[in-house]
Formats: sequence, C-alpha cells, structure tokens
Amino acid sequence: MASSRAAIEGWYTLDRSNPRLLGSRCVKCGTYFFPKQAGYCRNPHCDSTEFSEVELSRTGTLWSYTNACYQPPEPFVAPEPFEPYAIAAVHLEKERMVVLGQVVSPVSVEQLEVGMPMELVLDTLHSDEDGDELIWKWQPETST
Amino acid sequence: MSGNEIAIIGAGMTQWGKLGKNFWEYGVAAALEALKDAGVPWQDVKFVSGGATVRCGYPGYVAGATIAQALGWQGAEVNTSYAACASGSQALAAARTKILAGHCDVALVVGADTTPKGFLAPAKGYRPEDPDWVRFYIGITNPTYFALYARRRMALYGDTQEDFAAVKVKNAAIGSLNPRARYTKTFTAEDVANSAMVADPLRLMDICATSDGGAALIVSSLDYAEKIGKGDAPRVAAISTVTPSFASGTVEMPDIATDSAAAAGVEAINYRSQIPIKAYEEAGVGPEDIDLAEVYDLSTALELDWIEDLKLCEPGQAASLLRAGDTAVGGRIPVNASGGLACFGEAVPAQALAQVCELTWQLRGEAGSRQVEGAKLGITANQGLFGHGSSVIVKR
Repeated sequence: MASSRAAIEGWYTLDRSNPRLLGSRCVKCGTYFFPKQAGYCRNPHCDSTEFSEVELSRTGTLWSYTNACYQPPEPFVAPEPFEPYAIAAVHLEKERMVVLGQVVSPVSVEQLEVGMPMELVLDTLHSDEDGDELIWKWQPETST
Repeated sequence: MSGNEIAIIGAGMTQWGKLGKNFWEYGVAAALEALKDAGVPWQDVKFVSGGATVRCGYPGYVAGATIAQALGWQGAEVNTSYAACASGSQALAAARTKILAGHCDVALVVGADTTPKGFLAPAKGYRPEDPDWVRFYIGITNPTYFALYARRRMALYGDTQEDFAAVKVKNAAIGSLNPRARYTKTFTAEDVANSAMVADPLRLMDICATSDGGAALIVSSLDYAEKIGKGDAPRVAAISTVTPSFASGTVEMPDIATDSAAAAGVEAINYRSQIPIKAYEEAGVGPEDIDLAEVYDLSTALELDWIEDLKLCEPGQAASLLRAGDTAVGGRIPVNASGGLACFGEAVPAQALAQVCELTWQLRGEAGSRQVEGAKLGITANQGLFGHGSSVIVKR
C-alpha cells in the first residue's frame, strides 16, 4: 500500500488532526524561527547559541492572500492538468511572524478575507507511485 | 556635502528586449555609448565595476572582467558586485569609494544581462536548506509576493485593481516615448483588465517581464569632471545599500516566513521604507526636495508601495496621488518617467543603473518628450532577494 510521508522532512508534525509547524526558539531572547534555526541567534541584540525545538501556533490571522493561476517551474510537481490554488500569508500572534503556505483546495480567493482566522492542516503536495508527499497548508478556521 | 559626491560624466544604455545576444555584448554597447557621451578615452578608465549576472556561467560571475576584456584589456583594476536587483548600485558604490579614496579619477560602472523566458527558477536538486528552492517546491513564485503586497494594500488602504491598472496605463503612455524601452505600446485600463489573471489581484499586465539589456555610467571625481569641462554634470549625492534591520516584518522573496518580532525590544519593520532613509541623510535632502523618482515597479501595485516608502506621500495616499495625476510627467512628483519596468522588463544587473541613466538624462534636460521640467534632484529605489536593496540620489 502506498504510504504518506513528509514532503520536507522535519519541518512539521504528521499528526493529521492537530498538525504543527516545527520551529525553533532562542532560549535567551525568545525569538522564534521557521524553518528551524540553530548555531547563532539572528536577533542582533542576542548572542545565544542555544535553541529549543518548538511547535508553532496552529492558528493565526490572514495577513494577505493570492493564488497561482499558472503552473510554477520545477522543483514544483504539478498534477495533470494543473489546478490553480490559493496561497495564504498568515500572521501568528504569539510568534509575531508571518508564514506562507498553500490554501487547501477547493478554497479560492473569493472565500478569503484579510484578517480572518486561519488554521494549519496537512494535505498532499504531490503524489507518485510511492504515495503522497504531505505539506502544511492553511484553511479558514473551522468552528469546533 | 560635496566632499562625498562624484560626477556622472557619461551614460549609456541599450534598448531592452529579447535580442538573443551574449550579456557582455549589451554591456559593451552601453559602455561605448557612455564613454562617447563622456568624451573619455577607454584607456583613461582606471576602474571597471560590473554588476554580476548569475545566469550566464562564469563570465557572468566576473562580469566586470568579462566586459573589460571585451572592450580590450588595458590594465584597469576591476570589480564585480552581486546584490540581486541592487547589483548596479553596489557596483556604483564600489566605484564611488575608489574615486573618493583617491585611487582613481574615472571609473566605468556597467551591468548587463540575458534572461530566460518565463518564471525565474532556482538551482536544481533536493535542497531544503535553500529558501529559494523551498518556495518553488511548495508552489510560491515571484508574483506570489507581489500579489500578497497588492492584496494587503487593497485591504489596508482601499486601493483597487483599477488603481493598479492606472499605473500600467501611466507608465505605458510615457514609456511609449522612450526609444530604449522594450514595450512601446500604449494600453487602456480595459486592456489591463482583459489580460490574464496571474496571481490575484494581479494580471499579466500588472507584472513586469524579464529582459535583456545593458546600462553603463562613466563616473569621476569632481576635479576630473571640472578639468574636462563637465563641472556641471549631474552628481551622485547618495547611495544607500543597507540591509534590513531585525525583525523584518514583511515576507520577502525567497523566504516563506518573516522574522519573528517576539523578543523584547524588537519591532517588526518594513525593509523597503528603511532603504531610502540613509540616502536622504547622506544627501542632506528630504522627500519634499525630490523632483522625480525611478522606482522598481516589479508590479503596478509595488510602484504605489515605493511612493510611500520613499515618503513622497503618507502611507496609504499613493493611489490618491496617482488618481490626481501627480505621479505622471507634468504632475507634482513624476514617478517612472522612463516608463519603468512596465515598459522595460527587468534585466537584473543593469536595472539599478538604468534608473540612474534616466535620472542623468532628466537632470541634463535631455529626456525629450519624457522631460520632467526643471528636474534638479532625483531618487531611485529597488529591492531584490536576500536583503538587498538600494536607493541612489542624483542631483544637479
């Protein structure tokens, strides 16, 4: 049976019901990083070399959005025929940062509005005979 | 502040297009025109400062040397700068330093490129450590970023797609009078609205193309300019090539996330608006003194962002300026009197120099039917990948 795997190893959890982006946080100044940062803190006022892995907030507000009407070049792997998809830039309040990602199909730009609550989900980036490659995507927050 | 100034004694620029030549052929053509314009023999140039192109192999990485060789080795010192869209300004800054340090009197600054069709794409392989690879892998191209900024303007300021189209109509109208422009057709708002959607809310005609082209400047010490009878030549009054300051709060190519501003004492800043601050300080002038601006309209909406980032108006007011005709030639503060990237398309290492060429001709009163009357002080602005951006102030 074909299996699911991360399209980018180690960047997010593979928990479908509660997926999280995996970032890092400077233990000294508290700055978050996504993707993970190690080595030396990028805050110029901080000289820390210690970081802890953290799960980033799963929800945020929509900073801006767009879509891709044309197929991107490699290394993007497009389905045949190409299906346009929406893209979101989501502001995470606690981390005070914006993270981009595709928006799950079939949500289109007409259903998006700057400022609306968004949540992280796992979805297929592309599929091949070995299974699905999973990636993080955004979608309007569903009331629970 | 004239102690920090250098003279622009010659300018040259090819026509932009898709002409199928090697990049250095455009560089040589632009350099020869600039030398002729300056009336300076090639042998007198003691420093050649090139903008690199990363799409043409090793000759492109050492573009300054490649173009110097094509002009005929004559023992000048040589430099090549790569700073994405700011490469030309970085090369100009290197020449300025050399001249102000007294190491040479005359320098050639040159940038040229041959670009592929369609999307600019990253290096191949599985390389998740490269943010430029990651964003293409997950389907995020350059127009994505331009569109995110455009949509943000619509949400924050009430700008409309009609406003964005009006930028294209304005730039196409003035660019149609520019013999060096690639696109010289005029367009209506309907033409823009009927072009294909690329990245909502931006359509094909809102987004600039990639082009071939070359631009060159001959710059010198003020003493040298005086000596050859060009004491009244336009001067480079300031060059800013500053990086962002942490935390950069706007998502920038090629990143998929901004800096985090979560640490104490850290604020999210907008990099674009930081770039001109050093330029204004260095030139000892303010936005109110500027007669015209050449800004990097990678998209129509981005021209409006730049107008605000240069502080030519308050945040959110750029569309009002546009609607009032203030940013057209003949208006209060003409923006992109050359026609901008809308009419040229982007030739990365040449583009920042092309902006300075336009200011040079405008300040000399030689811009013909594009002339901004009485122009004495102009500013450029551009921004590229990986924390590169620049702003140059030219005065006469």
